[in-house]
Amino acid sequence: MIDKFIATAAEALADVPDGATVLIGGFGNAGMPAELIGALIAQGAKHLTVVNNNAGNADAGLAALIGAKRVRKIICSFPRQTDSWHFDKAFRAGELDLELVPQGTLAERIRAAGAGIGAFYTPTAFGTRLAEGKETRRIGERDYVLEYPIHADYALIKADRADRWGNLTYRMTARNFGPIMAAAAKCTVAQVRETVSLGELDPELVVTPGIFVKRVVRISPLRKVA
Amino acid sequence: MKKLDRNQIAARVARDIPDGAYVNLGIGLPTLVADHLPKDREIILHSENGVLGIGARPAKGMEDEDLINAGKEPVTLLKGGAFFHHADSFGMIRGRHLDYCVLGAFQVSVAGDLANWHTGAPDAIPAVGGAMDLAVGAKNVLVMMEHLTKDGKSKIVERCTYPLTGAHCVNRIYTDLAVIDVKPDGLHVVDIVEGLSFEELQRLSGVPLKPAAASKAA
Repeated sequence: MIDKFIATAAEALADVPDGATVLIGGFGNAGMPAELIGALIAQGAKHLTVVNNNAGNADAGLAALIGAKRVRKIICSFPRQTDSWHFDKAFRAGELDLELVPQGTLAERIRAAGAGIGAFYTPTAFGTRLAEGKETRRIGERDYVLEYPIHADYALIKADRADRWGNLTYRMTARNFGPIMAAAAKCTVAQVRETVSLGELDPELVVTPGIFVKRVVRISPLRKVA
Repeated sequence: MKKLDRNQIAARVARDIPDGAYVNLGIGLPTLVADHLPKDREIILHSENGVLGIGARPAKGMEDEDLINAGKEPVTLLKGGAFFHHADSFGMIRGRHLDYCVLGAFQVSVAGDLANWHTGAPDAIPAVGGAMDLAVGAKNVLVMMEHLTKDGKSKIVERCTYPLTGAHCVNRIYTDLAVIDVKPDGLHVVDIVEGLSFEELQRLSGVPLKPAAASKAA
């Protein structure tokens, strides 16, 4: 029998080793798996490479992970925010490396990892400093930059509903990176608002099929932390 | 002369966006364009984080933290709106499905090069977001910005001194002084604000402009 439900976030993340590459879903607070990030901080894994669109806001979630000095490198498109003080401080102190990637290239590199693509040519960033040192190629009338997939050990994402096979639905713009991150990691852990019996999710409306998901943790909205 | 204020520039941009267009409005100044889109046109707004059909700002107390735009501001969804993941969202951008994007800029060159993501200052923390994808992907890249820097230098330049966002990508520039098309043979003035002569605009801009007569005002 397949049962991907795990009782607590702590159990779901107990095996994350030091040095792991972790995709973290969310765009701003929408889709940010705050409770999973909290459990990762408590678990203590360090020297992590983290992939997210941003580099944390205020003192919660990814910002707290950076504040706890667990992140060695961050791959993102938009680290600088008015409230990204934990990242700003660590970056200026030279405590973490930044790989800055255009947002669409970030998404496509994650998608490529999950889809078994070895590399791809994109027109984005051609002729800019973010393409410096990269292979380029003229195809037809356009110039392209060669980009490689971002594979990961873990993906931490937030979805809305899940069944025990790991099928997921999302809520509005909280979907953002969830589906592509789920496919790109060896072990995808989804925190969800609600768990349901098999057959309750309309198969026409499943966004992430369970094949991409290893573990599901239900987070009760009443127990909201951080 | 009567310089346009931010809302007047936004209204001027909005005038050029036709019924049925799919449009992405960049973070900051360009978001003002949404307030000026003519009510009799059905225009579908896209946001990079994965939504088509953005509606008005929600009433106070009606915000939903799962329904935001690329600027992370709460929004509403129109009937007919749709959600999708980030790779699809940028596929729409890069795959040339968007009719227009409107971006802010530090500088635009005579060749249509755009600089809008980095001041080049060595101690600045860089952040790019979706700007480079929009610059290469939208069918029409519209820039809105003030014509001159605070110390009076033209932001339309022979060659960008700030790091590029995209090369040869800008189609039209809207400023507080003029509307200018970027074409292979140079910059064509479309509109000039009341009370400003072509000669004076030419002097302020410091790069060769072609007069409006050649291309009648839109």
